[in-house]
Amino acid sequence: MIPGAALILLCQLLGEALVHGTGWPLPGPVVGMVFLLVLLLGNDLLADPVDTRFVTGPADGLLVNLAFLFVPAGVGVVNRLDVLAAHWLGLAVALVVSTLIGLAVTVLVFVGVARLGQRGEAA
Amino acid sequence: MSDADFSLWVYLSRTPLLWLTVTLLSYVVADRISAALRRHPLANPMLIAVVLTAGVLFATGTPYRTYFEGAQFVHFLIGPATVALAVPLYRNRRTVLRAILPMGAALLAGSLAAMGSALLIAKALGVPGPVLASLAPKSVTAGIAMGIAEGLGGDPALAAVLVILTGAIGAVTVTPLMEALRMTDMRARGFAAGLAAHGLGTARAFHVNPVAGTFAGIAMALNALLSAILAPLVLRALL
Repeated sequence: MIPGAALILLCQLLGEALVHGTGWPLPGPVVGMVFLLVLLLGNDLLADPVDTRFVTGPADGLLVNLAFLFVPAGVGVVNRLDVLAAHWLGLAVALVVSTLIGLAVTVLVFVGVARLGQRGEAA
Repeated sequence: MSDADFSLWVYLSRTPLLWLTVTLLSYVVADRISAALRRHPLANPMLIAVVLTAGVLFATGTPYRTYFEGAQFVHFLIGPATVALAVPLYRNRRTVLRAILPMGAALLAGSLAAMGSALLIAKALGVPGPVLASLAPKSVTAGIAMGIAEGLGGDPALAAVLVILTGAIGAVTVTPLMEALRMTDMRARGFAAGLAAHGLGTARAFHVNPVAGTFAGIAMALNALLSAILAPLVLRALL
């Protein structure tokens, strides 16, 4: 568990260092995710010299409990009730309508492009 | 409360132990409640745990800052969990590569549509700039959304609240909407759920169909990455 945790933290640390060093508008952990993905893909390309279970185990452990990790941030709502009360109508309409639009646009574009691809293969 | 009780309370309330324990116990109770309600989308364990913990803070008159001094150790793990998203992405690399074109197109269109429509509607209804900066990453998984909001000059805690609300709305509406649109491709349905409603949409997608769940997880990770790049550009273009 310790080597896997160390690799995950190292990826995050390198991500944070790169973001702060270059001023890129990306969160450090997202860059860290890309680092870890590149390492895993590199290992795969080299016919798996390293057994990656040492890192996939701790990673799965974190992801299974993902929802729990957001509790402290969510409790921050106690300090934001005034903002929500002041703009509740605008925020409620924006959240409901934009979520429906996001779902519909995503599924329609996915299906549309997948159909074009199938037609291309058939031709 | 006697003087001895009071000094014990003062001592405990200043160590991380008390508020870490409260956070964990709240989640244990919340998970039981969610299970008892047969995992209804609205009975989200995270939401229930937030209400329980906030109730304890309110009842004891504890400021959020004091609570967070303990709870920050849980909060910190969001960063490593974000890095860990590389693992499901790696596991599903072949599925991802096969559907790369529809996924890329749907990712770009859906991400822009969800973020752009939210900002335009909220702005038209008089929501001010700093709140809009917290609204922009609302479809992104909370940990990353908080980082994006902070970078845009918004409020990370408010962003987390708006993210959770979006997830709940998406988890409740996705199945009826997909049926109404007569969408049968489970890859596409899952991808939409993960893109528009992050982890809560992904959990819902896994509940409906394993293929939908896999594509939802991929969409959640990809949209986190894309939104971090798009959010500053979209916000600047629309404000």
